[in-house]
Amino acid sequence: MAELFQLQIILPNRILYDNSVSMVEMNTSEGEIGVYARHLPITTILAPGIVRIHEESGIKEAAVHSGFVVILGDKVTLMAEVAEWPDEIDVNRAEEARIRAERRIGGGETGVDIARAEMALRRALVRIEIRDHVK
Amino acid sequence: MASMRDIQRRKNSIQSTGQITKAMKLVSTVKLQKARAKAEQARPYFEHMYNTVSSMLALSSDIDHPYLKAGESKKKAVIVVTSNRGLAGGYNSNIIKLITRGELKQEELKIYSVGRKGKEYLERRGYEMAADYSDVINEPIYKDAQEIGKAVLDAFKNGEVGEIYLAYTSFKNTVSHQPKLIKLLPVELDKTEAAENKSIPMNYEPDEEEVLNIIIPKYICGLIYSALVEAVASENGARMQAMDSATSNAEEMIADLSLMYNRARQGSITQELTEIIAGAQAIS
Repeated sequence: MAELFQLQIILPNRILYDNSVSMVEMNTSEGEIGVYARHLPITTILAPGIVRIHEESGIKEAAVHSGFVVILGDKVTLMAEVAEWPDEIDVNRAEEARIRAERRIGGGETGVDIARAEMALRRALVRIEIRDHVK
Repeated sequence: MASMRDIQRRKNSIQSTGQITKAMKLVSTVKLQKARAKAEQARPYFEHMYNTVSSMLALSSDIDHPYLKAGESKKKAVIVVTSNRGLAGGYNSNIIKLITRGELKQEELKIYSVGRKGKEYLERRGYEMAADYSDVINEPIYKDAQEIGKAVLDAFKNGEVGEIYLAYTSFKNTVSHQPKLIKLLPVELDKTEAAENKSIPMNYEPDEEEVLNIIIPKYICGLIYSALVEAVASENGARMQAMDSATSNAEEMIADLSLMYNRARQGSITQELTEIIAGAQAIS
């Protein structure tokens, strides 16, 4: 059994997760990383993606859309602005958001709107993906 | 001495005012409990954010980053958090006093108001209003904070303002609320506190500047969010206290008036009796 460390996922309005885990996988701006206990101290930016939490009893998944993570030896703190468990996601809404975002990107708009639509699309895709996982 | 009817009328009027203040007190008690729970839930996020940012800045004092020094513009953006409704004791005027008492020069300020009371007052005084977000104070969500944060950060980046302040009422407990004026940008933190964590060297990915670029706006939004939820809790706490003292004042006045009423009643009965007896004596 791998060594355990403390993982906290903190949102502005609540604490999403706080427990001992053996490993956590997440998507950062530099690519996907997996963190075990006694990781090198590092602070990095999160990209929209699925956070996979390896507990002793199994794997849990959560969708995290923006934030950053502070890894400090025996403690990992994920500061997320938006994050949710799969059962909190409304798949129909995510699907609609995906279509809307794709239309906007295809519609030839420029500048900030495109960047915003791309972010919306990525969020929608993460939501849809994690929902499909669980089913 | 006032007539019995006058006293009775006065008493009735105070009684109905007392009923209203009592009901308002109950309403704000319920609202306070909700707002307080929300403020407490927001605290861990903010504390972690603060610790992260302060230890980051303590370790890397030599970073030259636009967010860490004042912009060239003399203008100062101030986010002023007040309430949309009055009858909350000194809640709103305490915040306004922070702005007007003279540490900040009126012509240098750009007001981003949250809450109608503050907006109306400052507008009347001729302050420059940049934007108004009064609708959010009823039920603040994180997205509101992001929106306000984005507006002030954009102004900072464009060079429209050189510094950003936040005026709000911090919530300690039900009876103690403290009006506060804090500086959001450039970031200034208590370095002695953060220096304790200095032993751990931290790595940043992709690099420090990039991480600061992302984290500081989040830090600002987190700060604004916690200010909003604390202000709501303070507002309801202040209103509860104000209404509580109004209710007990009304009760006191009713007690006094009841005494006066009874004296007047007794006086008029005595007078009537004296008149009857005097009349009877005159006949016999």
